[in-house]
Amino acid sequence: MMADLLDIENLWVRFPTRQGIFDAVRGISFSLGRERLGIVGESGSGKSMTGRAILRLIRPPGIAEADHIRLDGTNLLDLSEKAMRDVRGERISMVMQDPKFSLNPVMTIGDQIVEAYRLHSKASKAKAKAKSLEMLGAVSIRDPERVMRAYPHEMSGGMGQRIMIAMMLIPNPQILIADEPTSALDVSVQRQVLDIMDKLVTVRGMGLIFISHDLNLVADFCDRVLIMYAGRIVEVCDADRLHEARHPYTQGLLNSLPRLSEPRDRLEVLRRDPAWSEAPSVSGRLSAC
Amino acid sequence: MVRGPKRERTAERMLEIEDLNVWFGSGRDRVDAVKGATFSVAQGQSFGLVGESGSGKSTILRAITGLAPDWSGRISVAGAALNKRRARRFFKTVQMVFQDPYASLHPRHSVDQVLGETLYLHGFRDIDACVSKLLDDVGLGQKFRFRYPHQLSGGQRQRVAIARALAPEPDLLLLDEPTSALDVSVQAEILNLLSDLRAARLLTYVMVSHDLSVVGHMCDRLAVMNGGQIVEIMEVAALRAMKASHPYSQHLLAASV
Repeated sequence: MMADLLDIENLWVRFPTRQGIFDAVRGISFSLGRERLGIVGESGSGKSMTGRAILRLIRPPGIAEADHIRLDGTNLLDLSEKAMRDVRGERISMVMQDPKFSLNPVMTIGDQIVEAYRLHSKASKAKAKAKSLEMLGAVSIRDPERVMRAYPHEMSGGMGQRIMIAMMLIPNPQILIADEPTSALDVSVQRQVLDIMDKLVTVRGMGLIFISHDLNLVADFCDRVLIMYAGRIVEVCDADRLHEARHPYTQGLLNSLPRLSEPRDRLEVLRRDPAWSEAPSVSGRLSAC
Repeated sequence: MVRGPKRERTAERMLEIEDLNVWFGSGRDRVDAVKGATFSVAQGQSFGLVGESGSGKSTILRAITGLAPDWSGRISVAGAALNKRRARRFFKTVQMVFQDPYASLHPRHSVDQVLGETLYLHGFRDIDACVSKLLDDVGLGQKFRFRYPHQLSGGQRQRVAIARALAPEPDLLLLDEPTSALDVSVQAEILNLLSDLRAARLLTYVMVSHDLSVVGHMCDRLAVMNGGQIVEIMEVAALRAMKASHPYSQHLLAASV
């Protein structure tokens, strides 16, 4: 088996509230090799918080704790905030959920991409612009010249997300954390964006953490899947065998999807069992699979 | 019953769109978002619009409601052609549910205010009873009445948005990706709710979605859009049988399976 790029042991994310401490992530352990690792679950299951905790992006008063978050032998938790800034973007990059909130509304798209690129390399403005146009083309934006001049509010959601992905991929990171990168996109564009990410994993040997609530997509695209419920991993399985999942939560999620091939009058609604959130977290280590 | 036959004829076609063009901006930044779209939806039918982002499917809905001011062609709702300005009566017939329930509700208005104001503007005076009935209809119940949007989950917010759209008792509901911001388990609940409401209130739906399986579940007929044009109108049965005739729809179907 390949060496692990990232290893996480006993990760907790806590938020103090007036009603006491809320545990968003409750002691999960997993590792990432040069693979496509999917994390699925509903909103509130802690999947996005896991992604943010890796980059130490949990804002106070939130607290992220772990025994270690190891990237190539360095424990990210020991790094200073300044050293952490070099990790973000260059070694681990993140594509956030909603392009509406992650793009600057008062800067043109072109200026933003050029700025992001020049922060990480000493390229000239003209070179950065050429590279930006090339990356926009690579994420299938049809009219990159016009898009460079445009402001984020002039873009559709799908275009905004492709712009974000272009921006994140320019520094060529080792690990890409993609938090619902394609949920705002439609199927044909989704496929193109996934193909771009797929190429990065296979050609450049990048590790990908793919956070999504779309089970079919994850089953299709990823190598391994962690299923999260209420801050814990309830099941780990190979993506191509997701449909044979045994946990009732996973089965419930699969059954609530409408299917083209099986018309139904009513969709099944998930019935939750309180025991699911009490069961101990399953290890998401490569070796445990 | 002199008006009988006429009413019946106008009721047959809830929405008719003929050669609709919609554009934004001007000069070198002019974008033709919809080009020559033509389709009609019968009373009580559910019609789907699918296509990739930027294909103009949401723009058609926005043009119908008057949110996209630059359009040409003919739009008629329940037999009456629309002008540039929408009459007040129009909004009692047509209502829209937006994609993002996090953005479409006023953050500092409680559910009661949101629904109460809508009812007041539409001339209802027994507001108290109407609000509680609306909340029951969308499966929320009275305990949600005085909550603010930040105290609701995404699915609950979308239920409030649906209740607001139902407040003026419309005949035609325009649904712009009503579940794309929601989890699959919540999506199932909202889609079930929408099916129940359509049956109970004899509503006509025009539903925009990029998820073919959602459109397949909810609609009777659908139009496939690409680059602002409708490339194909087909029955859902054809969609299920994977029998699309236009190459773009075939490509879309292949990509979504």
